[in-house]
Amino acid sequence: MISLWDAAARSGPAVIGELRGRRARIALGELAQGSTLGASLPALRGQSVMIATHDQLLTAIALVELDGVAQRVVLCTPDLSEKQLSEVALAASADAIVVESTAAPLAPDVPARCIMTATPLPVAVERRAGVATEWVLLTSGTSGTPKLVSHTLQTLAGTLPRRTASGSRTVWSTFYDIRRYGGLQIYLRAVMSGAPLVLASPGESTQEFLARAAAAGVTHISGTPSHWRRALMSGDAAKLRPQYVRLSGEVADQALLDALRAAFPGARVAHAFASTEAGVAFEVNDGLAGFPAELLGASGGAADLKVAGGTLHIRSAGNAARYLGEAGNTLAGSDGYVNTGDMVELVDGRYFFRGRLDGVINVGGLKVYPEEIESVLNADPRVRMSRVSARRNPMTGSVVVADVVLIEALDPADPATAQGVRSDLLNACRHALQAHKVPAVLHCVPRLDLTPAGKLGRPCA
Amino acid sequence: MQTTSIRDTVLSVFKKVAADQQRQLAPLSDELKLVDCGLDSLSFAIVVASLEDALNVDPFNAAEWVEFPVTLGDFIGLYEAGGA
Repeated sequence: MISLWDAAARSGPAVIGELRGRRARIALGELAQGSTLGASLPALRGQSVMIATHDQLLTAIALVELDGVAQRVVLCTPDLSEKQLSEVALAASADAIVVESTAAPLAPDVPARCIMTATPLPVAVERRAGVATEWVLLTSGTSGTPKLVSHTLQTLAGTLPRRTASGSRTVWSTFYDIRRYGGLQIYLRAVMSGAPLVLASPGESTQEFLARAAAAGVTHISGTPSHWRRALMSGDAAKLRPQYVRLSGEVADQALLDALRAAFPGARVAHAFASTEAGVAFEVNDGLAGFPAELLGASGGAADLKVAGGTLHIRSAGNAARYLGEAGNTLAGSDGYVNTGDMVELVDGRYFFRGRLDGVINVGGLKVYPEEIESVLNADPRVRMSRVSARRNPMTGSVVVADVVLIEALDPADPATAQGVRSDLLNACRHALQAHKVPAVLHCVPRLDLTPAGKLGRPCA
Repeated sequence: MQTTSIRDTVLSVFKKVAADQQRQLAPLSDELKLVDCGLDSLSFAIVVASLEDALNVDPFNAAEWVEFPVTLGDFIGLYEAGGA
């Protein structure tokens, strides 16, 4: 059994990886004679462990320490509320939670709490892989409750190249948080190939991060289209001299691909399709938006693709096994394909993404379920019905917009009425929802069209 | 006159969104870099969506557009060109 530590150590003592944050850096080789979990490490053997650090650098270290040791690791994103942490703890049957300071919020449902140190303490460690650790990633669920997606190191990294390209020195970086699928892919590539990885730190601005990445000589860097737009708008993107620029997590449009090619003439600009559930499906390297139809039915790729019912389906060794805590909820169909729920359309030999079958809106790489927002709007007694949908946006891919029908006693055409209700509804959303779920624009409209089945018509993004 | 009103609309939307998002807006000038103005990506997204409604223009959606605005002056210029 090969653990993440084994893979990192195999890359050779000269190139064993290094993780770099703004204020701290850790050479993974230091973990041979010490641990950031100190004396707690042996007690975590065989346990279900939530990793809930504020700084992703510490999660990056904890994963090397715990893969092959813990029975399960849960990669908690830093935006989880205390309620969501409790829900995750319950669904993951968590035995322990790893945090970075005593000031971290208590998780009452978790029996043990381990405080990490920023640098490894010298303790005798036996880095022996005893179990195939289950890696649990979180993704948004319908009502704001996180869904727990079950992977292993094998499903996450089985198809990744193990070594860096011969002769060239690779330095990885990612705008993406490594606790999300796209960022985790970059983290695993770096650690398993022994290349240094530059990670963004909490509170660090785009400009500071770009300057640090440039100073570190980053050659390979990944982010969502929204991250890249932000980098281009900073005016500092040209400080980077990358050989490889990767986009994933959102649809990459042609304007952005062209802008990146202009900004980084020496780089290969690639956009990849991946999802937490389905894994990496493909990478597109021809500089064009969408993906060539030949990828369907092609053999020899990392994944088998098919389009059925208008959506993209993926079958690969990178598919997640299941959702945790939902009995009988398998991800793949009987033919082994996972339905991504992403609608595609064939135009002149290429497939283009056309939004989500389930109406989910992707705001800067974060999922939004319209129903969750509609339930907040509909709770106001002045609202008869509401419809939340996506609007294309150059900064975040999409934003959330809401159309609201008021009760008959109110006239939506009266500016004072509409303005008052709009202001109250947006305040209610800001109070109840995370910022990316609050409608960017809210209109009071006279009516909403229903489908022949009597349901709200949901236009695609 | 129309150019002036587009500028005023853009500036008022920046101020409104900053207030709604509880963000501290830097003193606005044409030379101000957008990343230094105090708004995050989501706030910018809301600015663009609000301006689309107010001016009925989305200069970012033009097929030939590749230059990303870096300063506030660049940003206003995109709308002035698109709405002219």
